[in-house]
Amino acid sequence: MFEDFMLRAALSGIALAVVSGPVGCFILWKRLAYFGDTLAHSALLGVALALFLQIDAVIGVFTIAVLVSLLLVLLRRTQIFSSETVLGILSHSALAIGLIAVSLSASGKVHLNSLLFGDILAVSWNDVGVSFAVAVMILLLLLLQWRGLIAHTLNSDIAQVERIGFIGSEILFMVLCSGLVAIAMKITGVLLISALLILPAAIARIFARSPEVMAVLAACFGIISIVGGLLLSLEFDLPSGPSIIAAAATYFIGGLVISRIFAIIRNF
Amino acid sequence: MLQENSILVQLENVGVRRNGDWLVRHVDITVGRGEIITIVGPNGSGKSTTLKALTGIVRPTEGRVIRDKGLKIGYVPQKLTLDGTMPLSVRRMMKLARNESRDNIDKLLEQFQIGHLADAQVQTISGGEFQRLLLARAILGRPHLLILDEPSQGVDFSGQIEIYDYIRSYRDDTGAGIVLVSHDLHLVMAATDQVICMNGHVCCKGTPQGVATNPQYLELFGPRAAEALAIYRHRHDHVHLPDGRVQHADGTVTEDCYRDDGHHHD
Repeated sequence: MFEDFMLRAALSGIALAVVSGPVGCFILWKRLAYFGDTLAHSALLGVALALFLQIDAVIGVFTIAVLVSLLLVLLRRTQIFSSETVLGILSHSALAIGLIAVSLSASGKVHLNSLLFGDILAVSWNDVGVSFAVAVMILLLLLLQWRGLIAHTLNSDIAQVERIGFIGSEILFMVLCSGLVAIAMKITGVLLISALLILPAAIARIFARSPEVMAVLAACFGIISIVGGLLLSLEFDLPSGPSIIAAAATYFIGGLVISRIFAIIRNF
Repeated sequence: MLQENSILVQLENVGVRRNGDWLVRHVDITVGRGEIITIVGPNGSGKSTTLKALTGIVRPTEGRVIRDKGLKIGYVPQKLTLDGTMPLSVRRMMKLARNESRDNIDKLLEQFQIGHLADAQVQTISGGEFQRLLLARAILGRPHLLILDEPSQGVDFSGQIEIYDYIRSYRDDTGAGIVLVSHDLHLVMAATDQVICMNGHVCCKGTPQGVATNPQYLELFGPRAAEALAIYRHRHDHVHLPDGRVQHADGTVTEDCYRDDGHHHD
């Protein structure tokens, strides 16, 4: 039914946006845009794993994402390559190997397009439930550890010496990202997950004067991007993932223009 | 709580090795309550590494670090750049260190001459102002031990004097221990109880006047640097005791300095 699938799409999208906003802020603050990309690309491997083991895709994607982020932590300790290089290598290797693995394990059974670009209109009620459960868990952890996460983001040495937050907050953050990738997979597809992390946070940065306001604004911009993208996709029969990101990109440009205009008005 | 007259932290024959090279080796340092220790040494001599070993950020490859239980440390690292991707006001950055009341935070900012910047975004304030903010932030948590890696870098001359005055009065008021790395010898020495001169190891240590005449110090820094210590030596005619009282050259002990002492509190 028409209304039913739109409702499911909107609900799961909103659940995702509410967490991708704040998590995306940390991605921006920690300069981890490439990291988000890498995790997202590794989701394909997760799908292949899930197909192979016949388990839920969310679990497969989450497992692989956690493994990849731990691998990253280890690789970053070796100081021969910059973390940018390490991420660049991992990101595209994960995508390539993931594509191979998916096509090997289930050629024909899976629409590669929907894996890459998302298929939010095919979301089931079960998916909606999982999205909400994971989103609530991520939000709770974020709230509980907020001060520590912020302090470690600003300077982990000071935070560690002065015992603000806990030492594992770096790893906690990676686990949160992995959970987010797992529920974002169906909605935006692997190629556009990191866009949903970065764009709403970037729009929020234009207007925010405190980290908390930025996180809330990012969630709001995420929600209107999802809703706007869905309407766009429905109206013109476009793929949902790209429509959502196109909507977000439009808001970003709009935000820049508006802030410029405000600045000019203020200077008069 | 910490015990009276306790040792706050102690390095015992500490060495730190990274990628096969020893950054520092055979370092023994004892920091007591109310003691101000200044670490001097050329670039790459392991000053920052030693501070990091004291804080616990760096685990020593050999030797032992003994830290008093429940020791609260305030830390100002040598390098901290905020790129402005996170919107953050000066007051909010203070609040991250400790959830103090707005009044207390503003009062402390005022003492560091940055009260007018409380609502400013941190990436917009100058380097010297940021350095004051870092120190104010470290002090806000009322630490028992302050570890300061070049706390006055980028601060103008009168600002530097203020900063070292403040550090000293914080010690006098709270009995905290203070370890700092500084190149402003002429400024810090007046308040320093112990100078530790490093060059990959502790090459000499002692009172400022003792170190100034130490041949190893002279070899490392040359006679010009010794003059900086010597200026202090000439002016030094009294000792600040750990309990805040002052012992004068003739052996008498008073609550505060004499007006004509070699240095004084304003």
